[in-house]
Amino acid sequence: MQDAAFGYGAEPILSALSLRLAPGSFHFLTGPSGAGKTTFLKLCYAELVATAGSVTIFGEDAATLDRDRIALTRQRIGVVHQDCEFLDHLPIRENIALPLTVAGRDVQGNEANLDELIAWVGLSARAHARPPELSGGERQRAALARAIIMDPDLILADEPTGNVDWEMSLRLLQLLAELNKMGKTVLIATHDMALIRAAKAQVQARVLRLAGGHISAAGADL
Amino acid sequence: MSVWGDLVGLLRGEPQADRVVPRSGQAAKLTLAVSGAMAFLAVFALALSLASGRLADRWSAALAQSSTIRLSAPEAEIEAQTWAVLTVLEQTPGVDSARALSDDEQRALLEPWFGPDLPVADLPVPRLIEVIETPEGYDSAGLRQRLAAEAPGAVLDDHTRWRRPLVAAADRLRLLGWVSLGLILASTAAMITLAAQAALASNEQVIRVMRLVGARDAYIARAFVRRFTRRALTGALAGAALGTIAIALLPRAADEGAFLTGLGFQGVAWLWPLTIPALAAFTAFWATRIAAFRTLRGLR
Repeated sequence: MQDAAFGYGAEPILSALSLRLAPGSFHFLTGPSGAGKTTFLKLCYAELVATAGSVTIFGEDAATLDRDRIALTRQRIGVVHQDCEFLDHLPIRENIALPLTVAGRDVQGNEANLDELIAWVGLSARAHARPPELSGGERQRAALARAIIMDPDLILADEPTGNVDWEMSLRLLQLLAELNKMGKTVLIATHDMALIRAAKAQVQARVLRLAGGHISAAGADL
Repeated sequence: MSVWGDLVGLLRGEPQADRVVPRSGQAAKLTLAVSGAMAFLAVFALALSLASGRLADRWSAALAQSSTIRLSAPEAEIEAQTWAVLTVLEQTPGVDSARALSDDEQRALLEPWFGPDLPVADLPVPRLIEVIETPEGYDSAGLRQRLAAEAPGAVLDDHTRWRRPLVAAADRLRLLGWVSLGLILASTAAMITLAAQAALASNEQVIRVMRLVGARDAYIARAFVRRFTRRALTGALAGAALGTIAIALLPRAADEGAFLTGLGFQGVAWLWPLTIPALAAFTAFWATRIAAFRTLRGLR
């Protein structure tokens, strides 16, 4: 990200953001509600295009990506939202496999991996339930499983623990830390400082503090 | 993804991808119902057009190369003038043959109006002479002048006066049939476009999720296109089948029967209704494809 800015009107929400997420790094993006954390993440997966400066994703300028390139780029990025959306008419197992389906991969040939992943996030017993039947924590774990089934290089999580209890928050954090140990780059947007403190025992993380549209503190090791 | 890719995907089917778009919804029922109703109407429009074409051809062929000379004269002169008319006709270029109708033939012509026992000989019924033309035809103005000189009681009726409007009417009816078919197709396209747009709008969450996980717009569009094309094909197959059965069940009558009884298909023309589901599917394919890409372009 180089001098990147974004705004819906004259007043920018984010401005002069410059940073680089190194491969295999683990970052927390924190800041008060409305600071622009979600907007920041959307810039990272090309949901939004910077109104000034540039955002480079896997070596390509996000502003120059057409829809097909954006789709291909997103196959390398796993995104977990606070209010994770699913296809409500499909069982959670098929929702988790959706990235494989849309990428034209052989889902049946990946049955074993899929089962293993579902077991890893602790949803084996709920694999055939529909998304509306799941609890908040189960939805978050399903969203995480969906985000990583394509073995992405980057995982972006927007308030992943916002709708779950503390125990489940720690479980999700543990899963993300495990992924980071596998070499994935992880960026978690959260305003939950307790979660950031809890991460200290598990990962070497950096905190980006977003306030007033700027990153006011970067590189602070926990 | 190319149109070719879409067509191959349509024929091959992608069970996994097809499940991505929810099955239920008003748009689905609307597509099925509209395609069925339009195909049903299209069969009738097609039958009307083909029947009108046959009628126009028949009238044209039956009347184009024949004409009649009506001869009214005092009884004492009738034979002489008949002879004179036949002589003139014999010498007229473009006349293939000519003959005077017998009393029995004239009685048969009048029978529908006056019954079977009409004493033709006792009535002042004009003598009718049938003229068959060569394909090149004759000069009717010249023939009239010669008849006026040789047989003053002879009147040439070359059928043009009433043949032309009949053939024109039949031709116009045929054209209207094709226009109706075109309108039916256009209406089908419009309705399916609206249904597809409604489906895409109501599935915005589905589109958002698919894009989030890396689906290309062509993939999303294809899922909708396949769904709508198959529904249109299914509806049109049912509508066309019902329409064809309805046509087949129309009461039969002899050639001289009313026009409507000749509305059915004849011979290989029974295969024509098979083209309607194919046309409906083709229309749905393009209508949905255009609507899908337009809608997806509008959604960031």
